Amino acid sequence: MSTGVLEVRDVQKSFGAVTAAKDISVTVPEGAVYSLIGTNGAGKTTFVNMVTGYIKPDSGQINFRDRNIIGMAPRQITRMGIHRSFQIAQLCNELTVEENMLVADAIHGATGPSFLRNAHDKDARARAIATLERFNIAEHRDRLIPELSGGVKKLLDIAMAMAGDTQIMLLDEPTSGVAADEKFPIMDLVMDALRSAGVTVIFVEHDMDIVTRYSERVLAFYDGRIIADDAPDEVLSDSEVQRYVTGAPA
Amino acid sequence: MQSNLIISAIVALVALAAGAVILPDWAMFLFAMALAKGLVCLGIVGMMRGGVVSFGQGLYYCLGAYTATLVANNFGISDIFLLTFLSALVCLLVGIAFGPLLSNYRGIFFAMLSLALSMVLYGSLSKMSFIGGTDGLNIAAPTFLGWAPEGRPLQAALYIYVVTISVIAGTLMRIYFDSERGLLTLATRDNELRVEYLGASVRNIMTYNYVFGAVLGGIGGTIAALALGHVDPEFAFWTTSGEFVFVAILAGYLSVPAVFVSAIILELVRSFSNLYFPNTWQLALGIFLLAVIIALPNGLGSLVRRWKGNKA
Repeated sequence: MSTGVLEVRDVQKSFGAVTAAKDISVTVPEGAVYSLIGTNGAGKTTFVNMVTGYIKPDSGQINFRDRNIIGMAPRQITRMGIHRSFQIAQLCNELTVEENMLVADAIHGATGPSFLRNAHDKDARARAIATLERFNIAEHRDRLIPELSGGVKKLLDIAMAMAGDTQIMLLDEPTSGVAADEKFPIMDLVMDALRSAGVTVIFVEHDMDIVTRYSERVLAFYDGRIIADDAPDEVLSDSEVQRYVTGAPA
Repeated sequence: MQSNLIISAIVALVALAAGAVILPDWAMFLFAMALAKGLVCLGIVGMMRGGVVSFGQGLYYCLGAYTATLVANNFGISDIFLLTFLSALVCLLVGIAFGPLLSNYRGIFFAMLSLALSMVLYGSLSKMSFIGGTDGLNIAAPTFLGWAPEGRPLQAALYIYVVTISVIAGTLMRIYFDSERGLLTLATRDNELRVEYLGASVRNIMTYNYVFGAVLGGIGGTIAALALGHVDPEFAFWTTSGEFVFVAILAGYLSVPAVFVSAIILELVRSFSNLYFPNTWQLALGIFLLAVIIALPNGLGSLVRRWKGNKA
């Protein structure tokens, strides 16, 4: 009997001699905001990659609304409602900001991408611009991706991932590569948009101020294991987390 | 936007069709061959928009030509519409068979695999003496819905037919390039990972482009065979496929008319340099391509975009 929108049970993953995930088990309730913390190589991105179908676990179960999604292709998982953004924003550099958004809109349109419907159709453009406005980046709509700042790229990456029926959003380091003074405004924008849409959020983050401010629960990873799973204050004051993750004195 | 396209297509059709009245026979033949090859190149351009280049489009050019010839010679069918339809159908089926396999490959692997398939056809046809072997086969002049013209009327009818097919195919491909699927093709060329994680199948996008290229290749081959009155395995040889790639690079992937203009330029350069410098015409062609690549790295089509940009 499930209690969460996402249930990960006893998941294991090794790359040769390196174990990237050991007995990972977690249940994420609908609408919750989870953050994943840990040093580089602790297993955070492996977790995100397994949930989104980029990597297949060696064993265990990943259930989305009681349906096992292991073995499904990333696009099938996306179509079910599990969307993601990337540590390095994955955008189409030869297209403008608006065209990038139109790509996302075309894929998630009611009838799927059409051979005949013009991609720059008035309604599609209006939808794309509305989304860009929601993320405060509409002013950049005619610019090509290489001309954008790191923060705008991140927002566009997340805005594209939000297209369609997003039920779970996995954000891989949403503030990496973003100027220090842009981090909180960007997170405010993103979290407002996700919360207002009722989306369950799981984000990977190294900045503990962001973790404390935005997450309801924290999963601390170390050496492929979850060493703490609790409210932010509890996890960040845990001696093991301080020793292996945050580096703060116990 | 769509109505502008239709008006442009009608204007292009009327302007090109006027050639049937004003062009001499040799020019009509040259233009008909150029447009037939332009159709094949349009298929390559469709794939180029997705980031791959087929070096084996001679496969479908040859397959279309042989299908039309064998059907005409063995079943007595001479109607050009039916022959074109049957060739396109055969190429569609072969494209559907190979498309999913090729759509797993990118870059040089896609290019070489497509080339290998066309060379397999070339080798097979060359050894099949019962269908002419290396000498190939002749095909009788086509009829047009029961009308059997001869001499100049035949040339003119064939020319108008290829002009019409080219304008229709060009218009349909423009609609496709501008469509949501067309935009996904451009996105795939740029970032496959993003497209997959948005929920679209890159393999599916690439397969469609390959199949469209196969059908266009088959139609081009059929028209070329009917214009020449002959088909041989050279249609599938790598130099023929290389010529198509040459035109596609010359045109770039931004403009559909640029594909046909490039095909016509190639035929003109080849014909005239062959006439005036019979031993060095390939050199002239090579220098011409180098000049275009250096001056217009995105092909002749980028001139249209520049012009539109300046206008805006």
